[in-house]
Amino acid sequence: MDWGYILSVMVTSAFGVEAIVFGLAAIGVNMQFGYTGLLNFGQSAFMAVGGYSVAVTVVELGLNFWVGVVLGLVIAVLLALLLGVPTLRLRADYLAIVTIAAAEIIRLVLRSVTFKDTFGGSDGISAFADDFYALNPFPEGAYEFGPINIRNEDAMWVLTVGWILVLLCCLVVWALMRSPWGRVLKAIREDEDAARSLGKNVFSFKMQSLVLGGVLGCFGGFIFAIANQSAQPDNYSTELTFFAYTVLILGGAARVFGPVIGSMIFWALLAFTDNFLNGAINAGYISGDIINNTQVGQVRFMLVGLALMLLMIFRPQGIFGDKRELAIDAR
Amino acid sequence: MPAETTTMGDPIVPGSRREAALRAFADVPQEPRSKKPDPIVIVDDMVRRFGGLTAVDVAHVEIQRGAITALIGPNGAGKSTFFNQLTGFDQPDSGEWSLNGKSLKGARPYQVARRGMVRTFQLTKALSKLTVIQNMLLGATGQKGESMLTGMFAPLWRGQENANTDRADELLARFKLDAKREDFAGSLSGGQRKLLEMARALMVEPELVMLDEPMAGVNPALKQSLLGHVKALREEGMTVLFVEHDMDMVRDISDWVIVMAQGQIIAEGPPHSIMANQTVIDAYLGSHHDEALAPEDEPARIAEDEAAEGRGLLEADSSPTEDQT
Repeated sequence: MDWGYILSVMVTSAFGVEAIVFGLAAIGVNMQFGYTGLLNFGQSAFMAVGGYSVAVTVVELGLNFWVGVVLGLVIAVLLALLLGVPTLRLRADYLAIVTIAAAEIIRLVLRSVTFKDTFGGSDGISAFADDFYALNPFPEGAYEFGPINIRNEDAMWVLTVGWILVLLCCLVVWALMRSPWGRVLKAIREDEDAARSLGKNVFSFKMQSLVLGGVLGCFGGFIFAIANQSAQPDNYSTELTFFAYTVLILGGAARVFGPVIGSMIFWALLAFTDNFLNGAINAGYISGDIINNTQVGQVRFMLVGLALMLLMIFRPQGIFGDKRELAIDAR
Repeated sequence: MPAETTTMGDPIVPGSRREAALRAFADVPQEPRSKKPDPIVIVDDMVRRFGGLTAVDVAHVEIQRGAITALIGPNGAGKSTFFNQLTGFDQPDSGEWSLNGKSLKGARPYQVARRGMVRTFQLTKALSKLTVIQNMLLGATGQKGESMLTGMFAPLWRGQENANTDRADELLARFKLDAKREDFAGSLSGGQRKLLEMARALMVEPELVMLDEPMAGVNPALKQSLLGHVKALREEGMTVLFVEHDMDMVRDISDWVIVMAQGQIIAEGPPHSIMANQTVIDAYLGSHHDEALAPEDEPARIAEDEAAEGRGLLEADSSPTEDQT
């Protein structure tokens, strides 16, 4: 078994595109769920909006890539308003039901035969991010930073832009959450009626949080689509949303860097278990009668689930959480 | 002067707001729907039905400015529903109600609070995972940093935030919570949460403070300090309306008492006359109530009953105890 290779892949995954995409999605969920207590189970819809806006604008409408980016952000805001207006005055669970249903509706519309000419059906749309790669300043070739291997200059460019975006989003979240605005969101999470009784327009603040979280998810959608140069409907299933929640809980909710670190650990763990199991099977340490190489893909999720359980038992506040806060709930 | 005839509570200091409040009530008829000299809240024909049950049916009531008014009544009288309607947390089916002469009809809770009517809750709503000082700062109104765009840039709101923090620290010191400043509100005791909630309401700089059962679950020592704080609100010129079951508190601090039963206002008046009001006693205890039976009265009562109903009946009643032995 090549431990050097396994560890190298693990570290590379921690800084890979998936870590960026799910980091951004989880930063959005953190804004909504971690800080405001809104259960948005439709984060995948906001990511789909990001990916498809760019794809449709470039391929179907023949417009500039950046027009697609702006369009994506506008649609993400409108989608958040559409989901929020009927539900944010109601109890928290209504938003959860509406968002998860909306996300599935959007995915099914995107893959429908009726709209095949616009959205490309179940095959989706590909090759639309050339304008983005045209700005790439990195010279051709593979890049290597210690154990991190980056396969070519395009991947390098996506990773650079992606991580800058992640840091900028963290900066915005940090600046907002130390402000009186952030204080109102946390107050709403704790008790809406108390916030109302102190003269805060709870509906408006919840809406702002939902919109901002959706826009952050949309950024994740951009990176997702750009990195693969493709937008496929089944990539935006509810699984995506639940991975974002997993990442958030792993890192610690209501912490600025919680979702980012959570995402890095999540993808590093997946890469490690994948390569470790495959290596162990190939080397004969694990008998093929127990698991074979084709089953590894499933087993690694079991192991990540196990890791998550252990985390919840021994460090329920997540990696970055504050134990004092949990002690209050236990009262 | 009727103020001098009051025997409850502290001595009346001439020139105090309490004296002024009592003087204002001197000429007010002690009956429901009575007009007050300077009402801050006026309610007309407020009706709230839950299916077949009429929870609130208030024809007319006025709350005097600068006084402490108690709202009492037996369980299920509609006090809390009435309270929720005044503060916008529940909308009545019909009626008109106003604060400072401006209608509050249809106003949302946050609008009511911004207009100067701030409430507390029967079950204290301390924001557990916020520190005490953060709880306080939340109460400040008109914060520039509460807009998303300005919030991102600290220099735009830092000055205002510092001023609010100073004011919050003063209030915390007054309510003796300054030692708990950095603690999570969730770690406070029940009584301290009541204090925090009241202090937080004052951060809004209200004209009218609405306290929903401020004494519920508060130990006797803290009760005295809470009473002092409520009285202090009046001396600062605020109006207080509170719902309470604790009759000692009602007698001690209120200038005027409004009694509700079955959704309607059945009596109004100063505390000493309300306690003796037959309508009020009937509402609390039922109109055919009996006095409490003290152990020493028991033989006399039994003799009375025996004389009235005949010996045989009472002997038959006591037979089951003989079967058991």
